[in-house]
Amino acid sequence: MPLPATTGLGFKPQHFQDIRATRPDLGFFEVHAENYLGAGGAPHAMLTALRQDYAISIHGVGLSIGGPQIDLAHLSRIKALCDRYDPDSFSEHLAWSSHGTEYLNDLLPLPYTPETLDRVCDHVDRVQEVLGRRLLLENPSTYVIFAQSEIPETDFLAQIARRTGCGLLLDVNNVFVSCVNHRSDPLAWLDAFPLDLVGEIHLGGHDQEDLPSGPLLIDAHGAEVAEPVWALYAEVLDRAGALPTLVEWDNDVPEWHVLLAEAQRAATLLADARQHAAAQ
Amino acid sequence: MSPKFAAALATAISLAGVTAHADDMKKDAEMEKCYGVALAGQNDCAAGPGTTCAGTSTKDYQGNAWKLVPAGTCAEMETPAGHNGSLEPIEM
Amino acid sequence: MQQHSDSPADFTPAFRAALAGGDLPDFVTARVPDEAAIRFAVYRNNVAHSLREALARRYPVIRRLVGAEFFAAMAGEFVAAHPPATPVLQEWGDAFAGFLAGFPPVATLPYLGDVARIEWARGLSYHAADAMPMPPRRLTETAPLRLHPSLQLLRLTHPAFDIWQANQPGRDGKLRGTGPRNVLIWRRPDFEVEAMAIADPDADFLQGLMQGQPIAQAAGSTNPVPILTLLLRHGLICDKETRS
Repeated sequence: MPLPATTGLGFKPQHFQDIRATRPDLGFFEVHAENYLGAGGAPHAMLTALRQDYAISIHGVGLSIGGPQIDLAHLSRIKALCDRYDPDSFSEHLAWSSHGTEYLNDLLPLPYTPETLDRVCDHVDRVQEVLGRRLLLENPSTYVIFAQSEIPETDFLAQIARRTGCGLLLDVNNVFVSCVNHRSDPLAWLDAFPLDLVGEIHLGGHDQEDLPSGPLLIDAHGAEVAEPVWALYAEVLDRAGALPTLVEWDNDVPEWHVLLAEAQRAATLLADARQHAAAQ
Repeated sequence: MSPKFAAALATAISLAGVTAHADDMKKDAEMEKCYGVALAGQNDCAAGPGTTCAGTSTKDYQGNAWKLVPAGTCAEMETPAGHNGSLEPIEM
Repeated sequence: MQQHSDSPADFTPAFRAALAGGDLPDFVTARVPDEAAIRFAVYRNNVAHSLREALARRYPVIRRLVGAEFFAAMAGEFVAAHPPATPVLQEWGDAFAGFLAGFPPVATLPYLGDVARIEWARGLSYHAADAMPMPPRRLTETAPLRLHPSLQLLRLTHPAFDIWQANQPGRDGKLRGTGPRNVLIWRRPDFEVEAMAIADPDADFLQGLMQGQPIAQAAGSTNPVPILTLLLRHGLICDKETRS
């Protein structure tokens, strides 16, 4: 079952009591797969309790789909997790994070070439085959450009989806961060992106440093969603209609009510999108 | 079953149902707040602190270039072994 | 550019080397090429900083003992020597106690390794498998006990429990006497992880139980009541391992 076209929040254990006490009107919660691969204890007790009341999205950060090889042992653990919780969505990143056996704990960029496209497609095929479910692949925030890249990012993602049947996770903040960093137009990025393949949207906050040529944006997930990102999100909804929308906040995690306010802002825009669609 | 152990088991079983008792090995006074065990989970997909975070380059700390001295609570700690915090930089 | 014809596997070694402080590969660029290095530094920082922070979350008392600046520098050395071999960061860092024992700048703080063992064991306990407590009335002196997977006994050489306890939030870090050097760690039914120091005879008894000896044999001449009471009260004598 796909995620409902409503708002979700990234689940943080420090908010568990607030969530249980107030049963907030949210469509889903999302968790990072790698934090739920222990044998038992509090993480599984909390996720099991959440699963009873909400749709669940499991979001992986460690498969290294964009790298030379994916970690098959790790993939089998992800499969066990998905089998256990039967999430409404499983998603991963167009990025690499492992080098040989070494895990680098960052979502690192890759060049967009016919060769890397073939390889990513092989990896996505493998993940979908092992998990027995459709993957949503997320567009990255990037800080540098590869000289050897010859395929635009939007085409690269569209071709992966077309060839593997996977869906796409559109991180609107990542679009904005990458476009500002590479001096390109976010609206043009959206024009070229297959919005019909999007199964989920991510929103999150970013940091800014100022370099001589202009701003450098960093996907830090440590603040409110920035105003231009809200505007870009509204544009996405205008073009694509209501879509499941997650607000991420991973660093300097605020109190529950702050997080909930971000979700409510997204919910208002989603309601506008539904009304707009109904009026047409 | 030896009478001694039968009595011991019976005692333990009865004590187990009592929430606060003088025999309790763990006194409530000791039940203080501890550091959480990485409660929020160790993995996430956020980026870090920008371009200027200190100590990124391991070059600063290699071999005999190591100049830092432990400077936390160990500096005031005296253990039975006689170690305290008046540490001198180690010559390497 | 030459890299155009390279096979796709070739970009990661050069990128990885640059993350560790090596020269920027010539295929990494930016819209303003002069800014490629400063922009690449975001990745270099992410990798270094995120792993140091993960280690600090796992070892908060070690960080408090040596101070944040020293810890960050030492963590960088640890990451270089023992990088994660798994994407599951909660499973990374068990080599830290051994690393501390062999790290010359902390040679005058020989207890750090034992404190690190306590912090590591608490994490293991937090994530250990679930198990259903056995009803106390079924306790017998002859059958081996099945103890909860979260239960761990550390037999240390330094008074690390007292040091660990003195450095919890709200404590001043000062050591007021030292007790036994055996540390018992377990997870309560409400998922709180507990730690306490226990005397040698109690530790011997518990070690016997953990090795599968029946109560009477493990106890010898030790009074088994305090340990058994603790185990029963916290649900640490179990029927079988089970998922919650």
